[in-house]
Amino acid sequence: MKRLFPILSILTAAFLAYAFYRALWVAPTDALQGDVYRIIYYHVPSAWTAFLLFFINFMASIQYLVSNKPAARSALKWIMIVGGVLGVIAVYLPPIKAMIPAGMQPSAVATTVLMIPAFYFVVGWLFPGQKLDVLALTSAEVGVVFCTIVLVTGPIWARPVWGIWWAPGDIRLTSTLVLWLIYVSYLVLRRFSNSAQTQMLAAALAVFGALDVPLVYLSIWFFRTQHPQPVIGGGGSMDPRMLQTLLISWLAFLCFTFLVCWSRFRLELLKREVEEAHAMESLAGASVKASMPLARSSK
Amino acid sequence: MNAAKFMIAAYVATWVIHGGYLVTLVSRYSKLRREMKELGKGK
Repeated sequence: MKRLFPILSILTAAFLAYAFYRALWVAPTDALQGDVYRIIYYHVPSAWTAFLLFFINFMASIQYLVSNKPAARSALKWIMIVGGVLGVIAVYLPPIKAMIPAGMQPSAVATTVLMIPAFYFVVGWLFPGQKLDVLALTSAEVGVVFCTIVLVTGPIWARPVWGIWWAPGDIRLTSTLVLWLIYVSYLVLRRFSNSAQTQMLAAALAVFGALDVPLVYLSIWFFRTQHPQPVIGGGGSMDPRMLQTLLISWLAFLCFTFLVCWSRFRLELLKREVEEAHAMESLAGASVKASMPLARSSK
Repeated sequence: MNAAKFMIAAYVATWVIHGGYLVTLVSRYSKLRREMKELGKGK
């Protein structure tokens, strides 16, 4: 493990450098926007990564919430299985299919629906017990970092293209800001609350916070917005070299995310170990103090 | 500011944010290692 991390870090750095090279020199210049469009290779992968991390946070939080309630855990397991199967069937039923926004592929919707139970079981299997809570915290914190990048690079891109830094009232922009605020409040709650219920409260907040993710993603289909349509699965078109570069960039950022999450996860485990050691030390100190009057009285 | 400068600004901002976060991780890790050592000495 100790050797694996540096090796993976070097490989990831090389992959990120290759993605950077492709973004600047291999991908062609956009006919309308010029070179500024190359922000897409950092802005879009950061948004996708943030969504993925918030989704993982949701999966870990919902399982942590029911972890001490066997009946609820069993019910949730069956809801995931039945919901996944019925969801995939429903996507292909004509009335539901008609509700899918133009440009969005039913197969993409079905895959997303199937991903929910798949992630649920994988997360529960890989991260049992308290590790679910550690995973939830890790994914929320790293997700906030990526969401911050989206909110910073978005206005930098908007200024030369739209002529404004921010479109007030735009649903895509506002819902992304709200998403960021929800997860920042999640982190603030976890950082400053000393209650024994903090982890449960944070998990409940995360479950409701995750409801904003589909709203952010689907907002450009259902509402009039300044934000452009998605380039993948949304009817938008792109030069194949641009698309390849975008996917390579995302893969490189995913490798980077994996390493950052791994470090953050281990850091949290170490922190809990130290807290436990402190608690044991104070307990030992308290028991020594408590036994002292007894020792005196026995003399 | 021409358009290319906006692109550079976005790329720099991305790595400044990632770099800042990595610095906080390293500093938190060092603090915990110090605490671990102190706890070890106490025993």
